[in-house]
Amino acid sequence: MSNNTLPDLTMVEAVNLAMAHEMRKDENVVILGEDVGTNGGVFRATDGLKAEFGLRRVMDTPLAETLIAGVTVGMATQGLRPIAEIQFMGFIFAAMEHIICHAARMRNRTRGRLSCPMVLRAPYGGGIHAPEHHSESTEALFAHTAGLRVVVPSSPKRAYGLLLAAIRDPDPVIFLEPKRIYRISKQAIEDNGEALPLDVCFTLREGEDITLISWGAMILETLQAANKLAESGISAEVIDVATISPLDMDTILSSVKKTGRCVIIHEAAKNCGVGAEISAQIAERALLSLQAPIKRVCGYDTIMPYFRNESYYMPSANDILLAATETLNYE
Amino acid sequence: MNNTDRNPKLSAQFEISYHQYLDNDGKALIDLPAQLEDETLLIKLYKSMVLTRLLDKKCIALQRTGKMGTYPSTLGQEAVGVAIGHAMKQNDVLVPYYRDMATQLIRGVEIKDILLCWGGDERGNDSPLSPQDLPSCVPIATQITHAAGIASAIKLRHEERAVVSTLGDGATSRGDFSESINLAGTWQLPLVIVINNNQWAISVPRSVQTAAQTLAQKGISGEVRCEQVDGCDVLALYDAMQRALDNAYQGKGPTLIEAITYRLSDHTTADDATRYRSPDALKQGWEKEPIKRFRNFLHHRNLWDEGKEKSLYEQCEETINKGVEEYLNTEAQPPEAMFDHLYEELPHSLHEQRQQLINKTREAGNE
Repeated sequence: MSNNTLPDLTMVEAVNLAMAHEMRKDENVVILGEDVGTNGGVFRATDGLKAEFGLRRVMDTPLAETLIAGVTVGMATQGLRPIAEIQFMGFIFAAMEHIICHAARMRNRTRGRLSCPMVLRAPYGGGIHAPEHHSESTEALFAHTAGLRVVVPSSPKRAYGLLLAAIRDPDPVIFLEPKRIYRISKQAIEDNGEALPLDVCFTLREGEDITLISWGAMILETLQAANKLAESGISAEVIDVATISPLDMDTILSSVKKTGRCVIIHEAAKNCGVGAEISAQIAERALLSLQAPIKRVCGYDTIMPYFRNESYYMPSANDILLAATETLNYE
Repeated sequence: MNNTDRNPKLSAQFEISYHQYLDNDGKALIDLPAQLEDETLLIKLYKSMVLTRLLDKKCIALQRTGKMGTYPSTLGQEAVGVAIGHAMKQNDVLVPYYRDMATQLIRGVEIKDILLCWGGDERGNDSPLSPQDLPSCVPIATQITHAAGIASAIKLRHEERAVVSTLGDGATSRGDFSESINLAGTWQLPLVIVINNNQWAISVPRSVQTAAQTLAQKGISGEVRCEQVDGCDVLALYDAMQRALDNAYQGKGPTLIEAITYRLSDHTTADDATRYRSPDALKQGWEKEPIKRFRNFLHHRNLWDEGKEKSLYEQCEETINKGVEEYLNTEAQPPEAMFDHLYEELPHSLHEQRQQLINKTREAGNE
């Protein structure tokens, strides 16, 4: 076993590994948030980091999300590379003014004199039977804001590589971690500091007959559906969008032009979800390549139900399979 | 149990001090501290206040004649910005709100740039002389959290610098302010927060804003040193700023200063204060105004005369006219500049939109 080889890691451990790697390399990288210090974060994403890097660089803040975001903006203008944890995405709304009115605009407003190289991490998405406000997927709110990058990993490896890229990026990154898959599987990760690109989608599986487009935790169900399709001899291409904004349409369009059929899957509500943007762009740029209408498999346009009924809200592998089959059967 | 209820022990006790060195006629109420006996400083403070007032007047004229956008006047509040500006060191960081033209001028922001900002051009925020200062903040009180973040960075790096941030009286009602006060005390940040309590948040008077006896006392909740100062008394303000900055430099934590002023103008050029402010209140406000008071003080000290006054006004007019000319001669940015600082590097996905805009403006130009 070489020194670089670690035991296989879960996604939340990969998040931790990326932060530790970058903190060792760059003393400007600091962490702040609620319970991120001794407790290591409520999901343990910052576990052990205070012990290694000290109080000065791993800061427990007062319980105030507005403050966390504003302080992060201020730190970033000083050339620190702060990583702020918002404990759950449902609590991010108190931070929105700072994200939208300041972090996203500082570079533009000062014509490049100041910038906000910062990462705001937040666990997001449903499926873990959490209390109200702990299960929503509102990535579209951020994707609608120019000046931000919005990134969602779907595996431990991509969490490691994308988070490294996010920390090194000179602009603000909203890094949304699908908590349903925080610990669902493990992958071998070499702690080599290699970042992944923030401007391309990942083609997880190549195929000829249909394109399945998704991101985050829904990649799990999307791949399950692709496997089922394969059993019937249908080859599905699976694209993990990963970088929700700015959006790499080139990868998506070339796939759709090849397959002529596509289903977009996301956990967030359908109305004005990121899937709507992807659909619109496909319609604008590849309509004549389509052999069937675009289908979307999404959360309902309702409030996320309390957890007794949350499974009815979440798209399932079977929902994806049905949509794909309809798309494939369209003539 | 009942005994305890009838004779509670005192857990904590607080008081708020009020600082005023000059009366409304410019007579010194106390023996001035030695550092305020510096003639050069006194003249500098006066000149900056006059420049601010004359530029303010020009800004309103530019707006009224359609040459500039909405502008928030600093009339009557010049002493606050001037005291802050001259007390700060260049490597300190200013995190201003939108009524801080005086401070920005002293920190090296050019008149042209101030006019560009209010004239709808982002380049006004790209001031070369105070590279770390934040641009004027429009969303209320949000700047205080940024200032706390900058102060955290300074403390983390063990630098002997301070951050100064400003806000109006209405802004003290916002959570951003309270949350920042709480953090500043907890983390003992090198931060000075100055409230320009000009008695009005657009049309809402101070008395409707909060039941608190003073705004300064809001610092007590976070164990932040706090005091009230006559905000029309540039000397008391300057001294308060120096004390606060020295404490910050020496690692002794944050200070909150409530500067009590009176807004002699409308909220902005888009406002009409006659709808909600009585002429009497305005008249009383003028009695306290900072420039006349300080000019009288300088006269008492034989540091000023009519000749100096005349030549100062001429100098200011010249400086302002030059700035206005530079502003009016600055061509607008090309339309596609709206894409050029969204990210360090424009994402591939936005190239097409940028080109569309260029093509559209080119076609329009050719018509």
